[in-house]
Amino acid sequence: MTNMPNINALEDLVIQVRRDILRQVHKVNSGHPGGSLGCAEFFVALFQEIMHRKDGFDMNGHEEDLFFLSNGHISPVFYSVLARSGYFPVEELNTFRLLNSRLQGHPTTHEGLPGIRVASGSLGQGISVAIGAALAKKLNQEAHLVYALCGDGELQEGQNWEAIMYAASNQVDNLIVTVDYNGQQIDGSLDDVLSLGNLRAKFEAFGWLVIDIENGNDLSSIISGLKSAQDHTGKGKPICVLMHTIMGHGVDFMMHTHAWHGKAPNDDQLALALAQNPETLGDY
Amino acid sequence: MKEYIDTGKKDTRSGFGAGLAELGKNNPNVVALCADLTGSLKMDEFKANHPERFFQVGIAEANMIGLAAGLTIGGKIPFTGTFANFSTGRVYDQIRQSVAYSHKNVKICASHAGLTLGEDGATHQILEDIGLMKMLPGMTVINPCDYNQTKAATIAIAEHHGPVYLRFGRPSVPNFTPADEPFVIGKAITLTQGTDVTIVATGHLVWEALEAAKVLAAQGISAEVINMHTIKPLDSECLLRSVAKTGAVVTAEEHNYLGGLGESVARELTLNQPAPQEFVATEDTFGESGTPAQLMEKYGLNTAAIVAKALKVISRKQ
Repeated sequence: MTNMPNINALEDLVIQVRRDILRQVHKVNSGHPGGSLGCAEFFVALFQEIMHRKDGFDMNGHEEDLFFLSNGHISPVFYSVLARSGYFPVEELNTFRLLNSRLQGHPTTHEGLPGIRVASGSLGQGISVAIGAALAKKLNQEAHLVYALCGDGELQEGQNWEAIMYAASNQVDNLIVTVDYNGQQIDGSLDDVLSLGNLRAKFEAFGWLVIDIENGNDLSSIISGLKSAQDHTGKGKPICVLMHTIMGHGVDFMMHTHAWHGKAPNDDQLALALAQNPETLGDY
Repeated sequence: MKEYIDTGKKDTRSGFGAGLAELGKNNPNVVALCADLTGSLKMDEFKANHPERFFQVGIAEANMIGLAAGLTIGGKIPFTGTFANFSTGRVYDQIRQSVAYSHKNVKICASHAGLTLGEDGATHQILEDIGLMKMLPGMTVINPCDYNQTKAATIAIAEHHGPVYLRFGRPSVPNFTPADEPFVIGKAITLTQGTDVTIVATGHLVWEALEAAKVLAAQGISAEVINMHTIKPLDSECLLRSVAKTGAVVTAEEHNYLGGLGESVARELTLNQPAPQEFVATEDTFGESGTPAQLMEKYGLNTAAIVAKALKVISRKQ
């Protein structure tokens, strides 16, 4: 890790990840491009700049930072960034959602895909698992951190609030949970479906330290926000990063709508979307 | 017929507590989680001796299962403790995705299973948990019969890598398993040799089956009693060897006939060695308040019920 990240190189990776996302879901005419695109910058920043990762993969992840994806439906961005971070061959993205693939519709350990430590898809379970892993790190007297990403709509699940209460009550301060705060869910905007109210106030009332990333689709903002979160670890409080993102970011006709939450582009739409994101590092 | 001696009534949950306490001393990777029922689960000794490895999660079972799954990542062996109802039905999806599908080394330890919970009534008397758990791919399901066996099973499951459901109960019941008998997952124990009928029992019904065998012996009927402590994987070899001799089976469990031990036995028989079978189990019903003995009598889960079903199944033999 360098002190001054090469933002241009990371931008190139983000664009390639967007292409990977679009091509994965287009090929099988299924999957979730909207949230995946909205988190492309976050995944690139996390895996390339923020996390301390060992080479290779082992389930226990001793002596490295860990990441858990709670909103498993944004698997296309997870798979793309894992592959392009060296966990498995980039060509394997070709198998997304196909029979006998390790790249299941939602991420799983079941097929042994490196980089995945728990299955997710049924929502609301990831924060609990991340807390458990953070507790194990403390028991093992490891200083490394545990990161998790969850969706904002997913916070409607009650288990999250059990977990949020637990983490604060037990000073799980080696944990950084980022919320993909795009304000959209399948049936519409969060405010229309079931409002989260004042999310910052809720986390703070539960005893968390809350950091906002106002532009969650800007690499520099994400990196500085997550580094600020890192600086606040070890001080008795779990950390929540409210990352304000735009669902579908990077493809103009997919932005500012929930319409592309779980819908794949057709051939023409794919061509248009890819034209807005010219190949940088090479398609798989 | 071999005699089994009740060395004094004890509750199976205390066997769990004793086993957990021993694991605490001998296996530094064992951690325990409890959802506000530490005393009921008899986890106090582990908690007192290893406070850093004990996690009080409050009344939040879904989070407890998730924490346990996460703790395995880093090499811990988590034992979760709460009532059977809250260990299974309440958290089925958490167990399904975060534990079973993710193949996490979590031991789900469930007390107060079945009717013998007693006076608390049907909200707490789960009779569906064996079925819920055995349907999950990769889940091992164990229902030991007494204090000594529950203690031994608790210790044994720490050595088994993979998710386990360990089911035990609240009431004091005869303790007859030898204290030094090792617990082998998936290896049933033939308690009495017999030739007329096989009684396959699990959990609290094992003692009742032994008592039934005595009653039957007085009538000149030779019953073979099998302690099927592991419901999944089922010891079909032991079952089929016995049925080859007897030609008739009674299954006995403190559980609904739907989804329980009896159905697992019936499948093995149908596939391999068809034979008449009778079920001592609840008949697709909820429980109710009452003393354990009253409930086991009303719902047909005691010695008399096993004897009656044994006579019936023998009458059905060709």
